[in-house]
Amino acid sequence: QSSPSSPEPASLPAEDLSTNSNGPKPAEIMLDDDREDLFAEATEEVSLDSPERDPILSPEPTPAITPVTPTTLVAPRVESKSITAPVIFDRSREEIEEEANGDLFDIEINVSDPEKVGDGMNAYMAYRVTTKTSLSMFHKNEFSVKRRFSDFLGLHSKLATKYMHIGYIVPPAPEKSIVGMTKVKVGKEDSSSTEFVEKRRAALERYLQRTVKHPTLLQDPDLRQFLESSELPRAVNTQALSGAGILRMVNKAADAVNKMTIKMNESDAWFEEKQQQFENLDQQLRKLHASVEALVCHRKELSANTAAFAKSAAMLGNSEDHTALSRALSQLAEVEEKIDQLHQEQAFADFYVFSELLGDYIRLIAAVKGVFDHRMKCWQKWQDAQVTLQKKREAEAKLQLANKPDKLQQAKDEIKEWETKVQQGEKDFEQISKTIRKEVGRFEALKDFKTVIIKYLESLVQTQQQLIKYWEAFLPEAKAIA
Amino acid sequence: LRAINVDLQTDAALQVDISDALSERDKVKFTVHTKSSLPNFKQNEFSVVRQHEEFIWLHDSFVENEDYAGYIIPPAPPRPDFDASREKLQKLGEGEGSMTKEEFTKMKQELEAYVDLIATFFFFKSLFLCRVAAHPILRKDLNFHVFLEYNQDLSVRGKNKKEKLEDFFKNMVKSADGVIVSGVKDVDDFFEHERTFLVEYHNRVKDASAKSDKMTRSHKNVADDYNRIGSSLYALGTQDSTDICKFFLKVSELFDKTRKIEARVSADEDLKLSDLLKYYLRESQAAKDLLYRRSRSLVDYENANKALDKARAKNKDVLQAETTQQICCQKFEKISESAKQELIDFKTRRVAAFRKNLVELAELELKHAK
Repeated sequence: QSSPSSPEPASLPAEDLSTNSNGPKPAEIMLDDDREDLFAEATEEVSLDSPERDPILSPEPTPAITPVTPTTLVAPRVESKSITAPVIFDRSREEIEEEANGDLFDIEINVSDPEKVGDGMNAYMAYRVTTKTSLSMFHKNEFSVKRRFSDFLGLHSKLATKYMHIGYIVPPAPEKSIVGMTKVKVGKEDSSSTEFVEKRRAALERYLQRTVKHPTLLQDPDLRQFLESSELPRAVNTQALSGAGILRMVNKAADAVNKMTIKMNESDAWFEEKQQQFENLDQQLRKLHASVEALVCHRKELSANTAAFAKSAAMLGNSEDHTALSRALSQLAEVEEKIDQLHQEQAFADFYVFSELLGDYIRLIAAVKGVFDHRMKCWQKWQDAQVTLQKKREAEAKLQLANKPDKLQQAKDEIKEWETKVQQGEKDFEQISKTIRKEVGRFEALKDFKTVIIKYLESLVQTQQQLIKYWEAFLPEAKAIA
Repeated sequence: LRAINVDLQTDAALQVDISDALSERDKVKFTVHTKSSLPNFKQNEFSVVRQHEEFIWLHDSFVENEDYAGYIIPPAPPRPDFDASREKLQKLGEGEGSMTKEEFTKMKQELEAYVDLIATFFFFKSLFLCRVAAHPILRKDLNFHVFLEYNQDLSVRGKNKKEKLEDFFKNMVKSADGVIVSGVKDVDDFFEHERTFLVEYHNRVKDASAKSDKMTRSHKNVADDYNRIGSSLYALGTQDSTDICKFFLKVSELFDKTRKIEARVSADEDLKLSDLLKYYLRESQAAKDLLYRRSRSLVDYENANKALDKARAKNKDVLQAETTQQICCQKFEKISESAKQELIDFKTRRVAAFRKNLVELAELELKHAK
């Protein structure tokens, strides 16, 4: 990757920058956009070189991302700095990102200790979110807070609103489950609700780990507030059946319709290719996910049926009046019972290790597709602006002939306004395209699958080894039947 | 086809096995092969082709023969139901052009399952014939010899509606009668014990057989899932040639191998465990039937005694009553004598069969696990 050209001189006052680097600021978003424009030149060289460079499943280490495995957190590593823009501002955004890259995510998040708070239908689970970090943007090195599920959804909602429409792939939050939660609320203390809580806890942990690995999102004050603040305003708009929830659903539907009617003139083959690749990947992952879920289901069935057979074999052994055969049958029953246990454990491994990760990826790809859609909308806005500008110009031309000086001035003003809008539209479109290219480069699909699959295969091997032990113990008993 | 090893006391005098199965349009034909040094047969070694209905005809002829009332009639082999399997194969075979890897594997699986199904019916039919051939009395049966030797179609038609209805009523009467008859306490400890044992055993074998079937089916489902997962991984792996894709292809291969083994585990469990239980379900039923016949004859004998007493008291039809009583007595004693031996043999056979199958099951499970 080539070295960047020197950035343009800043057009922002210095004090804005310094305050911005230390704490949350209300006019955040606008400032961000300006900054991005500022660094557009600087980062240009660093972004993806040629469209045909990377297949989606590239394992090559790109500057920022490290895999997120469900159980372990990758140790931070120091990467060679790819952006070497000279320092102009005190705490430039670039530098902060640099620091984040350099420490490479010297931030570790754990979600633990699920605790039921309250009773009945108003009850909820509170999770402890512990952060360990040496990054200076945080007030302490180690701290923890209590958060509930809707808090996580609220965080994601804020991040998505701020970043997705400009092309950042915001990691999706875990899914709501009305059925699952109701069981927990109602106080069903059975294995399925414990499983559900554990599944959710792990998903929340993975979600946060993915989010903090994103260098831009890590900067976000809402994220910081989420991790640090002891009190968090309740995110009411995340309730499934709330007014806001319904509005979201309606918007989603409207978006879907719009998408069908936008016929974008894709001038960039890279985008077309990537979109197709993501589409393929999505389909295949869904298929795989469905198969793995079927496996989990059947494995559980197998476990139940083996247990039932074990009991039945024991009964049969009881009524058998030939002593040795009777004993052998009881032994068989015991073996089958142990095997049933094995099957249960295997089922857990099947689901937790493999299936959950697949689900994560499917949702992640949905986020990627969302980002591509935003780009389309951006393009549409730009095109619309161009059409309107054209109309205004035509109107002005007509007024010129009709010789109406006041209306003419108004027409000229409008033309200027729309010219600016067209320029902005083009800029926005180019910016979002750039960001998406960078984001997609960071998206190392499926690399963390390898670790997960290997672990799963190991569990399969272990199961078989246990099976061998059990059957070896049984064989002499069977042979002893005289 | 795997060699079906049916281990029964066969001797050189008469050895029967099923050497072949031919699947035609809508039926399966079995080749029954006989080797015998008995003078009853024209040749020492010969084969005929038989269908399922002919096996049933043979079995029914034993059941209806009064002379065999004192024996455990070897249970009739179950009706092979290949239709579902055949349909699946036809559907898969009809695919136009090339098949996906997944479809191809599925077809292979279905074929294997079809072959296994035939093997199961092989097993039951062989067992039936071997039992008959091993039985000192039944092996001499004329219908049996005809079955073995007559190389034309026996023209045995299946039962028509009327006959099936008659059977149904007969069974109903029998079970109602069985309830009454079983209320009669047996003077003989041996038979009393056997009856209690058989009733309980039969019920438990029934339960175990059903549960074993369910377990085997679950195994098969898991194997199917491995197939689908393997295919999905293969599809992911063929996206491009990066390291992760190569990894996926390897894992896909692994799943294919695992699937094959899981499918075999399922099939072997089916053969060694499920079929064994199924068979002993039928045998224990046949044993119960024997006990029923004995109890029935005991009741008849006791009734004949009472009738004789009455006749003597009234001094009317005494001779007739005496004859009847004699016949009943003989029948009862004949049945009792052979029944005792039959039940002892049943136990011996059962223990041997379970031993053999459990050992083989354990060995196969070990082999597959390794």
